[in-house]
Amino acid sequence: MSRYVLPLVAVVVLVVFLVVGLKRGDPKALPSPFIGKPAPEFELPTLKDPSATIASEDLQGKPALVNVWATWCVGCRAEHPFLLELAAENSIPVYGINWRDTRAEALRWIEQLGDPYIASGFDGSGRVGIDWGVYGAPETFLVSADGVVLHKHLGPLNRQAWERDFAPLITTGGGAAQ
Amino acid sequence: MKHILVLAIAMLAVAPVAAIDTGKAFDDPELQARYEKLISEVRCLKCQNQSIKDSNVFLASDLRREIRRLIAEGKTDAEVLDFLVTRYGEFALYRPRATGKTLILWVAPFLLVIFGGFAMFRVLRHRMSLPIDDERAAKEQSE
Repeated sequence: MSRYVLPLVAVVVLVVFLVVGLKRGDPKALPSPFIGKPAPEFELPTLKDPSATIASEDLQGKPALVNVWATWCVGCRAEHPFLLELAAENSIPVYGINWRDTRAEALRWIEQLGDPYIASGFDGSGRVGIDWGVYGAPETFLVSADGVVLHKHLGPLNRQAWERDFAPLITTGGGAAQ
Repeated sequence: MKHILVLAIAMLAVAPVAAIDTGKAFDDPELQARYEKLISEVRCLKCQNQSIKDSNVFLASDLRREIRRLIAEGKTDAEVLDFLVTRYGEFALYRPRATGKTLILWVAPFLLVIFGGFAMFRVLRHRMSLPIDDERAAKEQSE
């Protein structure tokens, strides 16, 4: 009987690995190394006014969303209505990083589709995107009142993901309860 | 026919070279060698089975640009890799460093070989200890 124990244990271990691998969802999704750490410092000219800037300090004091978007990004178009809803509900301040885009096209996008952002930084060179570990738009970061990254969402944001992954962090961990 | 084939093969060889801006980044051959080694060891996060040397998506060219900048600033290879790991995690490196969370990646193959060797040893020793069934062997031979 005992001769079967070892193979059985080996099979169980293998099955556990396979099940975990299957349940992981998108295998290309990478965990962000910034979760629980201070958000990367940045300073960018704003999209609407190249002479004005937006920087890390502007985000502090309240939990905020940092949404990385671009006009060439199909997923950004898909999530745009939901960002407008969030802005209209006053759920949370939404900031944008317009990543690897052209100013003219980005401005036209905002004009045609609406502007959910308090401000968007214009990152034409992609330099700030790299500092934030961005590898594909859209990506959305939840940053706490004291500037710590609480969550990163890959792909289009929607109500379901918002309720599941963002909302609980804002009331408990984000220091936003007050 | 043969000429067309040769031409086709020659064209295949040229295509990837034309697509990617991995030409000379530095005049100093030592820096250029470091640069080429580094970019072949960094994963393109957007096209995950290619290195940033082999890919032409803009993220790969942005990362190449950052690596060129860091080398030009006099950063060491370790500092360049650190720059990438703090932003994208160990997954960005094709050869993850053997520290902390990634240690299992380096140790697991050896553990598996030891485990397999031990299992094989047990099985073989058990078989060696079995009596040889002469009668049956003789019968099989005569058939």
